[in-house]
Amino acid sequence: MSTEAPATPEVGVGDYQYGFHYGTEDYVFRGRKGIDRDIVKQISQIKKEPKWMLDFRLEALDIFFQKPMPKWGGALSELDFQDIFYYVRASDKQETSWESLPDDIRKTYDRLGIPEAEKKYLAGVKAQYESEVVYGSLQEDLSNKGVIFTDTDSALRDHPELFREYFGTVIPSADNKFAALNSAVWSGGSFIYVPKGVQIEFPLQAYFRINSENMGQFERTLIIVDEEASIHYVEGCTAPTYSSESLHSAVVEIIVKRNARCRYTTIQNWSNNVYNLVTKRAMAYGDSLMEWVDGNLGSKLTMKYPAIYLMEPGARGETLSIAFANHGQHQDAGAKMVHCAPHTSSRIISKSISKGGGRASYRGLVKVENNAHHCKSNVVCDALILDSASRSDTYPYIEVDQDNVAIEHEASVSKIAEEQLLYLMSRGMTETEASAMIVTGFIEPLVKELPMEYAVEMNRLIELQMEGSVG
Amino acid sequence: MTKKVRDGMSSLLKITDLHVSVEDKPILHGVSLEIRQGEIHALMGPNGSGKSTLAYTLVGHPKYEITGGSIEIDGTPLNELDPCERARKGLFLAFQYPVTIPGVKVSDFLRHAVTNVRNPERKDGESLIPMREFRKELKQKMEELGMDTEFARRYLNEGFSGGEKKRMEILQLAMLQPKFAILDETDSGLDSDAVRVVSEGVRKLSGPQMGVLIITHHERLLEYNVPQFTHVMLAGKIVETGDAALAHELHNHGYAQIRERHPAEAAEEQSRQNRPETVGVATAVAK
Repeated sequence: MSTEAPATPEVGVGDYQYGFHYGTEDYVFRGRKGIDRDIVKQISQIKKEPKWMLDFRLEALDIFFQKPMPKWGGALSELDFQDIFYYVRASDKQETSWESLPDDIRKTYDRLGIPEAEKKYLAGVKAQYESEVVYGSLQEDLSNKGVIFTDTDSALRDHPELFREYFGTVIPSADNKFAALNSAVWSGGSFIYVPKGVQIEFPLQAYFRINSENMGQFERTLIIVDEEASIHYVEGCTAPTYSSESLHSAVVEIIVKRNARCRYTTIQNWSNNVYNLVTKRAMAYGDSLMEWVDGNLGSKLTMKYPAIYLMEPGARGETLSIAFANHGQHQDAGAKMVHCAPHTSSRIISKSISKGGGRASYRGLVKVENNAHHCKSNVVCDALILDSASRSDTYPYIEVDQDNVAIEHEASVSKIAEEQLLYLMSRGMTETEASAMIVTGFIEPLVKELPMEYAVEMNRLIELQMEGSVG
Repeated sequence: MTKKVRDGMSSLLKITDLHVSVEDKPILHGVSLEIRQGEIHALMGPNGSGKSTLAYTLVGHPKYEITGGSIEIDGTPLNELDPCERARKGLFLAFQYPVTIPGVKVSDFLRHAVTNVRNPERKDGESLIPMREFRKELKQKMEELGMDTEFARRYLNEGFSGGEKKRMEILQLAMLQPKFAILDETDSGLDSDAVRVVSEGVRKLSGPQMGVLIITHHERLLEYNVPQFTHVMLAGKIVETGDAALAHELHNHGYAQIRERHPAEAAEEQSRQNRPETVGVATAVAK
């Protein structure tokens, strides 16, 4: 399904309130722009990595150079890999108190409200600034129980066996061009291990901040949820608004073992000059539950399709996806569910909103392998288009090698009806307020799944997006 | 005529020689009407005579284009104001076909609405009325109207029966306390119990602070809310104005005598009905 209309330029854009930046000039390390073997070697050397990791990086770099740019999804022709800084370090060590951070970095996180959120409702925080994690915390009782929540570089150093057992097993470097790029130049990200039977009540949060122009951020996250354990991990991301592009290309690998639960929530709010090209994949084992809650509000172009491989009977996968494409934005987002075992089930619910000439695409795959009988999958995609300049597309792919399955797919595209606006306005609401209310209602079935603080944040971000002229 | 409130303090909704077109088709041909706070007016007329057009025009539906005449509250012209501004000046329409707003809770919707109408100068994003105060008032109003407070948590009009939707309109009327309320066939499509509930609701709410324009085909609503004035519309004009007795007469005898007394409008009505397209009155809404 495709609804297309000619673009009109004169459309108001909601204020992006995270576009500020405090001038960090005295970087501890800032390499040159561009990518080649020397840069990769330099990164590995600075990090004092074992040889196997350097080899892993260099092999991935070759794959990156070999693979062509994807021809599908969004427009990538303006992305210049040689005009990007691949490794920038703003602080020489990770701190455990906000006060110890350099002023400009501390001020940035204060303004983003992270220390405050940590006090109120988080079990642990990682803050990544440019290429490195600059702050980390974890509640003491969790570390006593054996929970590991560290940055991925430290994990390679401090937990080498655990790290090597899982790293790169869910997403091999050759998976796609951007996974290969990340594998070559990765830095930072979260490493989490939740031991058997440990249930983490409050969310662990990571916050990713790009601060300088033409920056590439390539964090690498690895989460292992052992049997009967549970975790809710949340990530947020923002960047200053610059006229030239930055690149964010993360790889997230998750292993959810038998009877375990993992929920991974993203509130992506990059500024409109960031290419957000991310590979996220989880493997869910027997009777486990993996959930992606994926909110995409920012970036110039996002291409992201969180995947769940249902590896053993009883595994369940769920992806709730919200995309908001405003002026100058293309959100090409969706989900992948791969049923590798019988008696597995999956659900994808996607809601997209396009406004002011923005384009939102749902791209999803449900795949059922030959032996995976008695699988169930349910896909619902709803798109809301706020004006005639905006566009919405749906690309649902279904591949089934097995007869004994139940797969449902529903899709709808709607516009805000004049009568809905009139109704709300006749009760004293301005057109902007009325539109925001309709949009908030549209995503309510997903937002109500979020913990309250994030639901409030999501609604507030949507309201900001709705500011300015409508239609 | 029973009572009139004509003290100097009461507001006046004044419609003067109003001409309205929908998609370039003229529908209203010079409607004049004055409603004071505290008065109840009935507006009757056959299908297609322009009653709902008048209602939508008053509330500011963008499809209804005013080609002549004026709408004023206390001398302030409304013609150029959008529906939001009109609502904040104290105008309210109980819709014939209330729309569904999926995912928006009745309580959230009403809290925004009440805040705006009570603070006409409010800008987007400014704070809402305090939650406790609002909840208390909402609960009280719902109880007065015999509504289950569970309604406050439901999504606006989603899955509501016809009667529930109309009651939701009356609840909004109760919360917003407008100076002027237009009830567009609030009694249509309801069973007799629902008509009674709605009629009693309107009776409780109307009073010296509210002017009411009741658009109806039926008499039932008017039994509970006896109008001081009854206006009859035919082919886009108000052709007669009387008291409650006129409503009674129309109910018993239909519009045949009216058409006889106003042959020009009757002829116009006839020619409208022969038009190939139907008049563009907004009805149900695409979800």
